[in-house]
Amino acid sequence: MDSNQDISEVLQAEVIQAVESGQQLCLRGGNSKGFYGRELTGEPFDLSKHQGIVNYEPTELVVTARGGTPLSEIEAALTAQQQMLPFEPPHFTEASTIGGAIASGLSGPRRPRFGAPRDLLLGIKLLDGRGQILNFGGQVMKNVAGYDLSRLMAGALGTLGILLEVSIKVLPLPPQETTLLFEADTENAHAITQRLSLDAAPISGSCHMDGELRIRFDCDETRVSQLQKRFGGERFENAEMFWQELRDQQLAFFQTDAPLWRLSMPPAADFALPGEQLIEWGGALRWFKGDHSMETIRSAVGVTGGHATLFRNGDRSGEIFHPLNPTVTLLHQRLKRVFDPKFIFNPGRLYPE
Amino acid sequence: MQGQSDNNSLRRQRQRRILADAFLKMLPTEAVIYREEELVPYECDGLSAYRQVPLIVLLPYDTGQVQAILRYCHTNKIPVVARGAGTGLSGGALPHEEGVLLSLARLNKILEVDQPNMRARVQPGVRNLAISDAARSHGLYYAPDPSSQIACSIGGNVAENAGGVHCLKYGLTVNNLLEVTLITIEGEQITLGGGGLDSPGLDLLALMTGSEGMLGVIVEVLVKLLPIPAKAQVILAAFDEVEAAGNAVAVIIANGIIPAGLELMDNLSLRAAESFIHAGYPVEAAAILLCELDGSEDEVTVSVASVCSILKQSGASEVRISRDEAERQRFWAGRKAAFPAVGRISPDYYCMDGTIPRKRLAMVLKKIAEMSERYDLRCANVFHAGDGNLHPLILYDANIPGELEKAEQFGGEILELCVAAGGTITGEHGVGLEKIDQMCAQFPDAELEIFHAVKAAFDPDNLLNPGKAIPTLARCAEFGAMHVHAGQLRFPELERF
Repeated sequence: MDSNQDISEVLQAEVIQAVESGQQLCLRGGNSKGFYGRELTGEPFDLSKHQGIVNYEPTELVVTARGGTPLSEIEAALTAQQQMLPFEPPHFTEASTIGGAIASGLSGPRRPRFGAPRDLLLGIKLLDGRGQILNFGGQVMKNVAGYDLSRLMAGALGTLGILLEVSIKVLPLPPQETTLLFEADTENAHAITQRLSLDAAPISGSCHMDGELRIRFDCDETRVSQLQKRFGGERFENAEMFWQELRDQQLAFFQTDAPLWRLSMPPAADFALPGEQLIEWGGALRWFKGDHSMETIRSAVGVTGGHATLFRNGDRSGEIFHPLNPTVTLLHQRLKRVFDPKFIFNPGRLYPE
Repeated sequence: MQGQSDNNSLRRQRQRRILADAFLKMLPTEAVIYREEELVPYECDGLSAYRQVPLIVLLPYDTGQVQAILRYCHTNKIPVVARGAGTGLSGGALPHEEGVLLSLARLNKILEVDQPNMRARVQPGVRNLAISDAARSHGLYYAPDPSSQIACSIGGNVAENAGGVHCLKYGLTVNNLLEVTLITIEGEQITLGGGGLDSPGLDLLALMTGSEGMLGVIVEVLVKLLPIPAKAQVILAAFDEVEAAGNAVAVIIANGIIPAGLELMDNLSLRAAESFIHAGYPVEAAAILLCELDGSEDEVTVSVASVCSILKQSGASEVRISRDEAERQRFWAGRKAAFPAVGRISPDYYCMDGTIPRKRLAMVLKKIAEMSERYDLRCANVFHAGDGNLHPLILYDANIPGELEKAEQFGGEILELCVAAGGTITGEHGVGLEKIDQMCAQFPDAELEIFHAVKAAFDPDNLLNPGKAIPTLARCAEFGAMHVHAGQLRFPELERF
């Protein structure tokens, strides 16, 4: 069955109808991230049928796909050409789509080395809250014509419009991935990752939990042996499954009904609140479970210059995302009106409107 | 007519006096420049074809002073044009006739180099290269390297989303920023981004990057730093045909190699560079490719070997590998000096900045050659081959009446060709004032309306750098009337002004 189809005109007509009737819509691709963000409101609006790779030219390092295209389909096409989505998006279920991956702004273990969706997104076709189809950015690597409204959509959680198409920079797969395992407490783990980073080691993933530090490298055997000689650590075999389970939050650490916090902070910053931590991105991303008030966690992270998101569980109607400065909040509200003047897309998913 | 211009000049002098009095009350004397002869150096940026003496120039020393200036301008509805080092090539920092030119040159301190977190906190007037110089003793550097990096400032780099020769591997300015602090037109200080890699809310940091001073005034920047690679080597390959050089680039990438830099120069530009710099370029070649590979010793050795064999298989007539750091620098010196080198072989040149899908390079260069004949103006081409960013340099003589206009028309046609080829009118220099008409070729009215609405969300009174970057719909209607479609003038025999 060929599921490749362009239904942008159908979606456009439905959006126009929703605008006219004032019907709020809850945008849904693969419905794999409903747990994320503030509570869902509005009529479910399925985007998964708008799918298919529109253009993929490996030597141009760009893939363009419809928003509803499953990540697995895109990744299969890229793998066949020895390429990858550099931001290594999580697949919370098999149905995860590229539109959802961009709209959520989330990335996997490769993020510190290759960037997030906002770094790789080159252009979009957007269906806005007036029912207009608009093009921003393009399919080329460098483009500074007009404001960069493509990147603004990455992480906007669909509050500004529907991503009909996205063009993304891709990169070659590394020739080889090798993982080293170190026994290390939090302090030592920081020291090891930092020394490796300063040494320009090609780190493509790091994870510290339960006194074990795993570091994945995108390099060949010779280089890993050199690194091992200098920094220690032992080979961790069959690592592929581990990194995938980390990326998709299948590890036991993530199996919880308790509030799961996602802390984004400077990699070398201290975070000493009692609780369980899983540390990624060399310290720049910390998953945290602990019995503390929202204010305590936010202030402990805030002093480092970072921010805290209530990623899973807890009260989804509260301040899921770190509160913003009043001027920045005002800019958010004005931008929402630019793209979605009738407030029909994902109302309140990011911040209360 | 004479009376009218006298009136205008009197009115300007009066207005200048009012502003000078007001700003002298809130700023140190040396921060306020209002004498005509002292204002002249600020009349243009790196695009000297456009000139306008500002009403007044302000050079604040700190963020508080920037806030005070913007509050005053907001209250009194005075236009403000922010300026970094003034090296921009699109007239983005061209002063406003009725406005303040706000120079950030005195906010020039490196506040912190933070080795453990691999970042640096700097003020906007810090020069791009000064960041890498300060970071070197920590084993780190700042990756984006526009050719003007000796002079250009980081604030301007953020405002333009500056690129450079290492973009393909290391990204643009937007990919190398963590946080930007700016002052809104109302004088409010806000911080976008943050200390971590991800930030909450809409990505206003990305929106701000490349917004050409239209949305706010940058007063502090937190940049990412990278470890200096253990080794870097450049390969120089000569080709008898430009097309073969373009194809070689595609083969390198298809082989899973992302070079740190990948540059193409055509015959005219490489000859100009050679006679200026004596880099040892093969002057008979139709084109040369410069391919830099960096990483650990072993990685570089392996990738240099495979790139060399790819280049030979792709028809390179000659392949040279830099033997030492001095030779690597020499290979690059010719490329980095390409613009001034072209300046030596022509009284004036006009630098374009389109981006195209790389596979269209041969077609685009062929069409540019045809245009060059039609306009009877020479054109040298320098190409960031890795990321498809093309810099045609149109050679002309401003002293020959009509030649500047002809060069601009030629340039406009090249940009419209880039759009038609699936690319964009500007890869890294910005729209500024220069390419404002070509924005009409790139964007339909609906997109332009959204741009204006985004501008209004930040600056409802249109006081920040008014008239730049985004054309009015009326201007596009006029521009459209002159064009049947991309590049086809309805009345090619008529001169355009």
